[in-house]
Amino acid sequence: MSEKSRKGARTSSRDRAAGGNGGDRAGTGRTGRTSSDDKAGKTAVPERVSVFKTYKLFIGGKFPRSESGRVYEVTDSKGTWLANAPLGSRKDARDAVVAARKAFPGWSGATAYNRGQILYRVAEMLQGRADQFAAEVADAEGLSRAKAAAVVDAAVDRWVWYAGWSDKVAQVAGSANPVAGPYFNLSVPEPTGVVAVLAPQDSSFLGLVSVVAPVVVTGNTAVVLAAESAPLPALSLAEVLATSDLPGGVVNVLSGRVAEVGPPLAGHQDVNAIDLAGAAGQRAAELEAAAAENLKRVLRPAGTDWTADPGPDRMLAFLETKTVWHPIGV
Amino acid sequence: MAFEYAPAPQSRAIVDIAPSYGLFIDGEFVEGTSGELRKTISPASEEVLAEYTQAGAEDVDRAVRAARRAFPAWSALPGAERAKYLFRIARIVQERSRELAVLETLDNGKPIRETRDFDLPTVAAHFFYYAGWADKLPYAGFGPDPRPLGVAGQIIPWNFPLMMLAWKIAPALATGNTVVLKPAETTPLSALFFADVCRQAGLPRGVVNIVTGDGATGRALVEHPDINKIAFTGSTAVGKGIARAVAGTDRRLSLELGGKAANVVFDDAPIDQAVEGIVTGIFFNQGHVCCAGSRLLVQESVAEEVLESLKRRMATLRVGDPLDKNTDIGAINSAEQLARIRALADTGEAEGAERWSPACELPGSGFWFAPTLFTGVTQAHRIAREEIFGPVLSVLTFRTPAEAVEKANNTPYGLSAGVWTEKGSRILWMADRLRAGVVWANTFNRFDPSSPFGGYKESGYGREGGRHGLEAYLDV
Repeated sequence: MSEKSRKGARTSSRDRAAGGNGGDRAGTGRTGRTSSDDKAGKTAVPERVSVFKTYKLFIGGKFPRSESGRVYEVTDSKGTWLANAPLGSRKDARDAVVAARKAFPGWSGATAYNRGQILYRVAEMLQGRADQFAAEVADAEGLSRAKAAAVVDAAVDRWVWYAGWSDKVAQVAGSANPVAGPYFNLSVPEPTGVVAVLAPQDSSFLGLVSVVAPVVVTGNTAVVLAAESAPLPALSLAEVLATSDLPGGVVNVLSGRVAEVGPPLAGHQDVNAIDLAGAAGQRAAELEAAAAENLKRVLRPAGTDWTADPGPDRMLAFLETKTVWHPIGV
Repeated sequence: MAFEYAPAPQSRAIVDIAPSYGLFIDGEFVEGTSGELRKTISPASEEVLAEYTQAGAEDVDRAVRAARRAFPAWSALPGAERAKYLFRIARIVQERSRELAVLETLDNGKPIRETRDFDLPTVAAHFFYYAGWADKLPYAGFGPDPRPLGVAGQIIPWNFPLMMLAWKIAPALATGNTVVLKPAETTPLSALFFADVCRQAGLPRGVVNIVTGDGATGRALVEHPDINKIAFTGSTAVGKGIARAVAGTDRRLSLELGGKAANVVFDDAPIDQAVEGIVTGIFFNQGHVCCAGSRLLVQESVAEEVLESLKRRMATLRVGDPLDKNTDIGAINSAEQLARIRALADTGEAEGAERWSPACELPGSGFWFAPTLFTGVTQAHRIAREEIFGPVLSVLTFRTPAEAVEKANNTPYGLSAGVWTEKGSRILWMADRLRAGVVWANTFNRFDPSSPFGGYKESGYGREGGRHGLEAYLDV
């Protein structure tokens, strides 16, 4: 993108987001633009230059840049520059898997009540930053501010919905089995392990939350690749996750190309499952084939309506059933 | 070995009790029609804590009408929105838990260690758990669109005032019902403080109504014609009266009543752990626990060893100021309850059982009863058959597993039971045969919002907690 268009973009997009993040509780978020468009040149008071945020990856609870040193330009729906996002590499993906694996014993071993409270905390933190996310979603998806705010509200409610599932999914998916013999026989769902998630491309935030929350609520850990052309809400969500008592490594967020990061995740021998929501067509088929190498559980892309009641399916897709037998007798 | 403890009192400055309380009806505190006030005292000092309102039939009617008015909107609210109110309540209870713990200890007499570490965390967890069900009812196994019953009248006991409130209100609200709740006459304060939690949470008016008073208030609630559901926790005698009162109506009823749980210790049990479990089973909350392990059934071959160890452990229990953080056993809840415990303990002696208590200095004012053990108890003794609801353990012995089952089930009650053995298959064999709603193996008195609780036989019907707890408030 040319220097000219970048210059023009600064007040209209990123300053707007910065305004939303600031004290502009009314939610218009447009104080920056107002001052630049209407008042610049008419007053002696110099316009305040806002601070841009450097968007980074989220791996193991930390915010590194891509080890590759690369970034790519992210624009809004009109092609206006928004930010440089890290262009994640295969090595970033592998680092994220290591972090997710390391976090798995603690997270899967936490009580369901504890996990539920942490997911609810995410909702609380997100609610407090709703204006910021509404601005980012509006930019990312070309929505009106009101529609973007509704998307963010739905995302907050989705965290709440999944928070409540933590200590109920076993009661819905588990069973006491009346085997024909003197045995106690109980089936319980358990998390499958490290889940790679290719977040949906058509819903940068609500879609993202709708695929991440069901993976982690049951005790899995996740490596998430954000929507390729609209990764900023996902990268900002990492800041919410980092301040919600979620242990580092439970959710790792990458940005970059599906073509580059998808294959190493799908082929990774220490990844237990993959959600292909963000892949399509031939690429999804290739990733599914790569996933067969270590028999990953695969959730195929299905044209999901992210605004609909999600039901328990996305949780069940990443659960194992463990059945315990024990004899009964004196 | 006896340790000296310096006093470690929890400050009561954190709680601000008003001199007098009205009834919480339709989102605000109102005066009772008759103007009659009662006093609630601290059972540890007999100090008057506050006055509260004796609700009459007219007041109960006002509360029921408020709940009825609130019902259509509350039940029509999307589950996800009801959920968020309940999550708010859970969070506010967590935030105010120390205040509520001190209040509960003052009004009830139970140790601060229990209110702080057990009652309040359990209350918050219960609201948190049922909050999550409010928008998931179609997945609970009661059909695709289970409907609430309407207005629930809920009557709770004095042994876990706020926790019993949570067990009643959380599932009722999650499923879309509105409630009129009556706390016990000796412990009304935490429910009245809960009204303020509802206010902070922005709960719509009339969804929760609190009416205080004695048994007459409870009777007015039970007999009110516009109540759809009665939920009662308390004595079996009162429970039977309520069951008679609703007979022939379409009012639903769930009852969580008395118990006389057997705690069965086999010869291969780890003795030290078992002794801890026996102590928890009967002395937790001064024995004011419907599922208390009040009958110890110990295998004959280890009886001597278990009793020796148990007596040693009992001698270390600290009885006294409930606000002291080192206190194990607090005050008996009321003079009336103390008299009942004394009478039954005296009967135990009179009928020939051998009574033992550790040397134990009791405070001069307030209501107190030393932890007590009876040996040489037979199944015919009243202390083996009747619920004492105090810190009194009756010890019986057995020789074979079959005999243990026989004796454990030889009671009209069936709320809970305990089994202590290293052998897993025997635990399950016992669990199959014990006629009790909850069986604890190598543990006792465990509670969790996700775990259903309730009794067989004359311990009542219906379950509270877990997915099963939803059923009591759904039209299924």
